[in-house]
Amino acid sequence: MAKYKNHVLVCGGTGCRASQGEEIVQNLNQVIEENGIENDVQVVRTGCFGFCEKGPVVKMVPDNTFYVQVKPEDATEIVKEHLVKGRQVERLLFTDPETKERISESKDMGFYKKQIRIALRNCGFINPENIDEYIAREGYAALGKALTEMKPEEVIKEILDSGLRGRGGGGFPTGLKWELTRKVEADQKYVVCNADEGDPGAFMDRSILEGDPHAVLEAMAINGYCTGASIGLIYIRAEYPLAIERLKIAIEQAREYGLLGKDIMGTGFDFDVEMRYGAGAFVCGEETSLIHSMEGLRGEPTVKPPFPSESGYKGKPTNVNNVETYANIPVILLEGAKWFSSIGTEKSKGTKVFALAGKVNNVGLIEVPMGTTLREVIFDIGGGIKDGKGFKAVQTGGPSGGCLTEKHLDIPIDYDNLLACGSMMGSGGMIVMDEDDCMVSMAKFYLDFTVEESCGKCAPCRIGNKRLYEMLDKITEGKGTEEDLGHLRNLSNVIKDTSLCGLGQTSPNPVLSTMENFWDEYVAHVKEDKCPAGQCKSLMQYVISEETCVGCTLCSRVCPVDAITGDKKAPHIINQETCIKCGACYDKCKFAAISIQ
Amino acid sequence: MAKIKLPAAKVEELKGVCVKFNRDGGELINVLHAAQELFGYLPAEVQELVANEMNLSIAHVYGVVTFYSFFSMIPKGEHPISICMGTACYVRGAEKVLDEFKRHLDVKVGETTEDGKFSISCLRCVGACGLAPVVTVGEKVFGRVAPEDVKGILEEYS
Repeated sequence: MAKYKNHVLVCGGTGCRASQGEEIVQNLNQVIEENGIENDVQVVRTGCFGFCEKGPVVKMVPDNTFYVQVKPEDATEIVKEHLVKGRQVERLLFTDPETKERISESKDMGFYKKQIRIALRNCGFINPENIDEYIAREGYAALGKALTEMKPEEVIKEILDSGLRGRGGGGFPTGLKWELTRKVEADQKYVVCNADEGDPGAFMDRSILEGDPHAVLEAMAINGYCTGASIGLIYIRAEYPLAIERLKIAIEQAREYGLLGKDIMGTGFDFDVEMRYGAGAFVCGEETSLIHSMEGLRGEPTVKPPFPSESGYKGKPTNVNNVETYANIPVILLEGAKWFSSIGTEKSKGTKVFALAGKVNNVGLIEVPMGTTLREVIFDIGGGIKDGKGFKAVQTGGPSGGCLTEKHLDIPIDYDNLLACGSMMGSGGMIVMDEDDCMVSMAKFYLDFTVEESCGKCAPCRIGNKRLYEMLDKITEGKGTEEDLGHLRNLSNVIKDTSLCGLGQTSPNPVLSTMENFWDEYVAHVKEDKCPAGQCKSLMQYVISEETCVGCTLCSRVCPVDAITGDKKAPHIINQETCIKCGACYDKCKFAAISIQ
Repeated sequence: MAKIKLPAAKVEELKGVCVKFNRDGGELINVLHAAQELFGYLPAEVQELVANEMNLSIAHVYGVVTFYSFFSMIPKGEHPISICMGTACYVRGAEKVLDEFKRHLDVKVGETTEDGKFSISCLRCVGACGLAPVVTVGEKVFGRVAPEDVKGILEEYS
């Protein structure tokens, strides 16, 4: 391998690539060549750094300078100043929003301070398309250790002792799952990686696959060794083209190096990985549905038992784990169960990756020890609420989870605590909402999702959720009654109790938790025909205050339907008949003359 | 509905794909992915062809096609517009952006404009939540889209 004095790491995650990440790489390479330093500097496209809010991110190694919101045209300055003259480009450094100080290293930023990166250890660090970089970071050492020094039972015991629980949502102990599959005798077994991340607003698994695909392959091979499977299958969403491409490259490289295929490391152990593509069905995250989908069928769930560990893919014992769960495995084997279980809470060990998004200042991908509080995540790491607004709720667990409020902010996050407050860990989506978000609309939004994604096999989920949606729609239209609120609660409980699979059993959670925590808001909709957050269009109108309006005409110019009239320097009026309530005028008015009534 | 004549070369190619997958019913979803890539969508004629080649009933193939949202039975526009309706984009105002696209193009979600130029669809999370709300037109990603940007985006393609 060629040796370079400097490395320029450019984030190649989906978010940064969408903001001209590729052009940045091209420009950097071009300027580096123009300056004749191409033998000293290497530009590396890495996986996601996590700090998506400030992307595209460029990190200089070895001095760890962390440049944010870089544009392609900044390449020249980065090369000429930083690489040639050894001076930091001050204006591209991160500015601390409170102290206004420029911070050059990521470890000093509020966003990174409280994070511990285990599953994301290599994301933003290595080139995911180069197996040598993974190996240089102890990659495949855990597989080697397992194959040459440990019996399958010992590996499973280590995983059991670590306390690792499934990161896909349910939190089932991973070691136990492996043990169950191992115990069943069969001529062929399978291990599956569930990469069907369908939870809207969550992108943890995708970032791991894009940033560190070999970690997942290595863990699958270890799983195969423990359970006695020789074939691994990755079930991945077709909507993740970049992750698919990087996985394909990784599989090829691992085969070339003899780390997948026949007789791995000369130990006689055979294991290979194939890819299977999803086609957009949320229910396929459920393991029985996922297995049916891999068999080329409609992805409908079936009753458990039999569990996949007894009868899964093609009727053979199958062990299904999620991407993030796998990403933890190699580290546990190398560092030991004791080390892993020293992190986290009593019943939830290790870390959890969250996709922090919504109305929070620092949107991004974070990894924190279990037991971190929501307050630390939202305010310390997330930097608080956008535009100085008030915090209202945080939604965890996606469409299966619930909305948590102010009073939950100091609860340590783990599987059991979240369940106890009516939400769940889920796969790790965390959406922050501010005072402008209507909780009834939010519940409706999730139900809309569930109705679309319900597979239709069982009546409670297929019909019940549709009725829930209709009731919520009625309420947001201002046509709901107090009676509806009772029906809403009853039906929710019936759906929970009687649905066949996890999707239906959890789908009413957004309704129940918002009713629990924001009852007044529901009552305001049905009793006073008011939406306190001012989001439900049928229950609000935009009005221009005659006193405050200075007649700058800006609102009438941004109005897409010409509903605003008025002369220059005279108060304007909104024609409520024509107004489509898009809010453009409200957002643009510089004099706060427009209000929601 | 009038039958569509499928181009012979593509038909042959699709038959080749079925053979490549050993006409194994378990590979149906992979075959359908390949078919959609070839034809752009999966009209009845393509489903019939796949069913025949794979020795499956047409009902079975239709059942799978309609189950998964990734498969479409309507041709998409020349510039397919997708508005991300993931939760992160939703709370940052994706619905208003969607309304604006619908208003400008006068089509509903899942439809294509009469001239075949644009089609609108919603998708769930492209994973670029830092750029919310996100709109994709073809392969290109537009981040932090406000309702007033919609006109400009459409003009880029007309």
